Amino acid sequence: MSDIAVMDQVPDSQEVNAKAESPLFHIGAGINTHKDANSAGVLLQEDKLAGHLLIRGNRDDEAFNIAINNVLGTGLPKTLQCIYVDELSIRWVSPDEWLVICAGDKVYELEKRLRAAVQGHYAIVNVSGGQTLLVLSGDNVRDVLMKSTAYDVDDSNFPVGKVVTSTLAKSQAIICRRNEDVWELVIRRSFADYIWLWLEDASREFGLVVNSK
Amino acid sequence: MTQKNRLDVNKSANKSSGRINVNKPISFRYGGKPYAGYEGDTVASALLANGVDIIGRSFKYSRPRGIVAAGAEEPNAILQMGATEATQVPNVRATQQELFEGLECKATNGWPNEDFDLMSYVGKVGGNVMSPGFYYKTFMYPQSMWKTYEKVIRKAAGFGRSPQENDPDIYDHIHRHCDVLIVGAGPAGLAAAAAAAQTGARVIIADEQAEFGGSLLHSTELIDAEKVQVWVDKIVAQLNNAPNVVCLSRSTVNGYHDHNFLTIHERRTDHIADFIAEAPKKTIRQRMHRVRAKTVLLATGAHERPLVFGNNDVPGSMLASAVSTYIHRYAVVPGKSLVLMTTNDYAYQTAIDWFYTGRKVVAVVDARANPQGQRVHQARELGITVIAGSAVIDVSGNHRVSGVKVASIDKSGEKITGEIKPLVCDTIASSGGWSPAVHLSCHTGSKPVWDEKILGFVPGKTIQKQLTAGGINGCYRLKACLQEGYQRGCKAATDAGFQQMPQPSFNDVIDVDEEPAMALFHIPHTEPTSRAPKQFVDLQNDVTAAGIEMATREGFESIEHVKRYTALGFGTDQGKLGNINGMAITAKSLNKSIPETGTTIFRPNYTPITFGAIAGRHCGELFDPKRYTAMHQWHEKNGALFEDVGQWKRPWYFPKTGETMQQALDRECLATRKSVGILDASTLGKIDIQGKDAREFLGRVYTNAWAKLAVGKCRYGLMCGEDGMVFDDGVTSCLGENHFLMTTTTGGAARVLEWLELYHQTEWSDMEVYFNSVTDHWATATISGPNSRQLLAELTNDIDLDKDNFKFMDWCEGTVAGVPARVYRISFTGELSFEINVQANYGMFVWEKLIEHGEKFNITPYGTETMHILRAEKGFIIAGQDTDGSVHPYDLNMGWAVSANKTFSFIGKRGMAREDCVRPNRKQLVGLKTNDPKQVIPEGSQAVNDPNQPLPMDMQGHITSSYWSANLGHSIAMGYIKGGINRMGEKVYYPQADGSVIEAEICSTIFLDPKGERQNV
Amino acid sequence: MFYIYCPYCEEHREEEEFHVVGQAHIDRPLDPDSLSDAEWAKYLYMRKNTRGLYQEQWLHAIGCRKFFNMTRDTVTYEIKETYKVGEQPTVV
Repeated sequence: MSDIAVMDQVPDSQEVNAKAESPLFHIGAGINTHKDANSAGVLLQEDKLAGHLLIRGNRDDEAFNIAINNVLGTGLPKTLQCIYVDELSIRWVSPDEWLVICAGDKVYELEKRLRAAVQGHYAIVNVSGGQTLLVLSGDNVRDVLMKSTAYDVDDSNFPVGKVVTSTLAKSQAIICRRNEDVWELVIRRSFADYIWLWLEDASREFGLVVNSK
Repeated sequence: MTQKNRLDVNKSANKSSGRINVNKPISFRYGGKPYAGYEGDTVASALLANGVDIIGRSFKYSRPRGIVAAGAEEPNAILQMGATEATQVPNVRATQQELFEGLECKATNGWPNEDFDLMSYVGKVGGNVMSPGFYYKTFMYPQSMWKTYEKVIRKAAGFGRSPQENDPDIYDHIHRHCDVLIVGAGPAGLAAAAAAAQTGARVIIADEQAEFGGSLLHSTELIDAEKVQVWVDKIVAQLNNAPNVVCLSRSTVNGYHDHNFLTIHERRTDHIADFIAEAPKKTIRQRMHRVRAKTVLLATGAHERPLVFGNNDVPGSMLASAVSTYIHRYAVVPGKSLVLMTTNDYAYQTAIDWFYTGRKVVAVVDARANPQGQRVHQARELGITVIAGSAVIDVSGNHRVSGVKVASIDKSGEKITGEIKPLVCDTIASSGGWSPAVHLSCHTGSKPVWDEKILGFVPGKTIQKQLTAGGINGCYRLKACLQEGYQRGCKAATDAGFQQMPQPSFNDVIDVDEEPAMALFHIPHTEPTSRAPKQFVDLQNDVTAAGIEMATREGFESIEHVKRYTALGFGTDQGKLGNINGMAITAKSLNKSIPETGTTIFRPNYTPITFGAIAGRHCGELFDPKRYTAMHQWHEKNGALFEDVGQWKRPWYFPKTGETMQQALDRECLATRKSVGILDASTLGKIDIQGKDAREFLGRVYTNAWAKLAVGKCRYGLMCGEDGMVFDDGVTSCLGENHFLMTTTTGGAARVLEWLELYHQTEWSDMEVYFNSVTDHWATATISGPNSRQLLAELTNDIDLDKDNFKFMDWCEGTVAGVPARVYRISFTGELSFEINVQANYGMFVWEKLIEHGEKFNITPYGTETMHILRAEKGFIIAGQDTDGSVHPYDLNMGWAVSANKTFSFIGKRGMAREDCVRPNRKQLVGLKTNDPKQVIPEGSQAVNDPNQPLPMDMQGHITSSYWSANLGHSIAMGYIKGGINRMGEKVYYPQADGSVIEAEICSTIFLDPKGERQNV
Repeated sequence: MFYIYCPYCEEHREEEEFHVVGQAHIDRPLDPDSLSDAEWAKYLYMRKNTRGLYQEQWLHAIGCRKFFNMTRDTVTYEIKETYKVGEQPTVV
């Protein structure tokens, strides 16, 4: 028996037509709380059914870093940093924890490649079912974030490429600034409805439009 | 009614309408009657313009009261506002509420109304005996009547009322961060903001008033040879245009909390309408700004101190500066003839302002023997009579001042030295000097210190990164205020890390020279204080000088005790006017100095805040997060009722049409044991554990052994604290040699993960193991019952379900309905069970397949209640229901789950070996069977050995779980009994609140299938 | 509301991201079974109630999930320093 149980958790779409429901599958495109969808202050999109992989390990371990680098094509981001490479994004979560987000059907293969490359003390956990990625854009995203998190989202404190885990209303999120106008939230599945209701409410005065991917 | 006190703008000497817009008349209703005012008015200025003298009745004596002040410090003019039931707001200060078309308000105090008040007769009769502690002393006996007394007293006293309908308005919160937060936009605050803004720092400036300017809004002084209002307009425009500055007007900084965290209460539409309907609703009425500032600059100014003399509460008795404010800012002269009483030069300005309105100044009464300041001369030159070395000792008039009595006083201000002269007037304005508005500086625990130079308390030492400028420091002259504002504004920016040196925003200011003020807090009377006419110190709470002296006589020496005995400084105004006078009178009465006596501490909030602003959007659906599983929508569609487990919404039971709860539970229980039931178990906490030391770690945090658990096997474990008491339990499965999945109780998930991290990070950091929550990642459908294997067989072709190959407490991997799954053969019902775990995105799909294929087995969804009954039939505990942090595994008769052989002293081992944990006669968990099989003992019932024992009876323990078991046909219960494990077969009794007694027999907790055969098939 | 420097995230964060755990620097005895009841009770229950500087343990619960220590003045609530587990305070 192997040391770690690794499992492809996504059904083979050739063999079975299993319906998959992302945490916010019911928030369909076309929701629009604004009279003019083009001038809505907030655009929201769920990056549905993506692959989410947690990597735990010792950042001071040279071999660990090299092995990860060989697979991901980049080193692990430093404190409060987020890196985007090709189809991957990698978020620093804590000094020994990173979140890799990739396409949902690539996550098993990525985990295997990482496990093949990395030696020693580390952990990799597939958490794709437990969380989801929300992409927020529009002129008023910062206003909505200011209503929702106590963390300072001003340019001076939150430049592009930064990531923090902080409070979001009475829940929490991994908040990342992808570029000037695009912010991303990684939220837990069970809190997703609450956070959706909160964001919808907080966006009301600016207008909210939901886009599909 | 006409606005008889409104100045005719064209005729008045200064030809100014102040800040009101006479071209925009506004009509409003006060106490049901229509009145007119102008845009820019407050309710107070409009009522004064209309000649309304009485604005309410006093709290205790029900005396008529009028408007005293022009700002937040107003103690009397407290209104109940709102045009509809839903928009009612209590305790609105008329002096701060801006007028809008259609505004509806009435006096808070006074019943049936403020002009004719029943209680005033009680007050007149009772007045002499209604001393401090009156209510305590009078209504003490009989104690049972207190609640009745209280209702009557409250109605008569009047505190305003909350709406009986839901508030239709939207309130919200916003988080802000800045380099410099400036509180107050008067001269010092504006000068500071102008400076700090130039450095590029992120600046927030907040002011409670409708417009920035503070005292400058009614000032007649000049900056750079122009009216001060010109300077204000210039600075405000600059600040509004600066991208790094946030200007918040109508925004009260109400709380100053630790580490420069401040709350600002912004009123966004209170000045526009009672309610703004807009679809979709998006107008935010009030917003709470939660601000973290690098540096805070308090420029909160000062409040004028009234003087304390006989009948100083009769309507028409006002603060001197308030009179000037009404004249200059609102073009209102609140009377016909004025007597001004002062201890300082500054207040002469009020007499001068009044003089220029064309109305009569009867006299200025100055307590100082020989005042010669610049303003004094100016008044004299205008022909105003100045009566020096004297004081107003009493006021005549009932519903309005009709005159005052003046007498000469000695130098110390303690004795009357001459004859009493009456003066006829309808307004008495007084000024005892100024008290810095130190309130915010006190909120974090800093004690203000007495400054003899300015006769007031100024902010004391603080650890906050806080600066102060202007009136709050006792710096009252305009030039000094501006200079201090500029300097502190620069320093605030520098302290926050900005180096650039800004230019001052002013050049030339000429100050008026002033002579020192006299320290006078309590005007003497010919009679001793206790016999003199009432001399009010705190108008809102009806605290008099005599009351304070009496409190000290009765032994209350600490200022905090005096406050609580007399109510000095309580109420919605928090003693903004009365506190300093009250402390001075206390000090004098105790023969102490003011610094020795000290001051009470101001606490948040500075002025009352609506509950709406406190709650923000955290209300209704958003009050608390609701957590849902991936199958939640199915539960909803199929009629589940839900139970809150932590924040999770778990199906409680699934009633069919017409079923009672018990009928539904009976059906769910029977169906599960007879065929197959299905439970959504996704909420159980799940922790992924990886690393070569994972196994050893489990051995340390669980009470039982893990060294030999093979891959593919599951084991139940108990988790204890260091004290040996059980705090969580669950099944942990060995997924790989270095890989485990731990399950926890639904409510304990976060705590258990934190517990593991605590020990890993702080005690055993060399152990190679990582913990990660996968609670939300896996959706779990548990099928339970004799037909569960057959059902699963229909949905899988790659899991060997043979009972010898897939045994009880095994897990295996395969597909269910084509979806990759981990299936655990573990059971919380005692039946053959399979817990099917799939990635949560496929949870609903697999659930629906199970239901679809289960139809032929009459598959029955069940919720937490049936789960509780089924497990209780088997005697399985629920941590948190059958345990309460005071029981160890042996108390639960679960010694089998404790391994004494482990080399490491696992958490809980030493704790449960303590003397008290091994003593005999501890309460132990047992089963209880009622004599009458139909009777269900209420949970929480206390057991006794002898129901006829006289009170107090010897308690033996209590019931923790109790249900009707449809499977067994009788009730079942678990509970604690002292020494219960060795008392099998004995009788115990459960006396009930209704006098009945339930008799029960102590038995095993396992009511069904004691050998565990059903789960092993 | 404290403003707390997390030594792992290397910046200040709002108090609502943190949990306080209790007095810091209380090591679990290496051999609990050799201790008397009184000695064990001392480890288990006895805590300082200091007026002034106090070392306590905190968890960055909504953040990096790391435990760390803080030296705090219990009178003024001033935080003198925060430091990682395994390090010693420099302000005492």
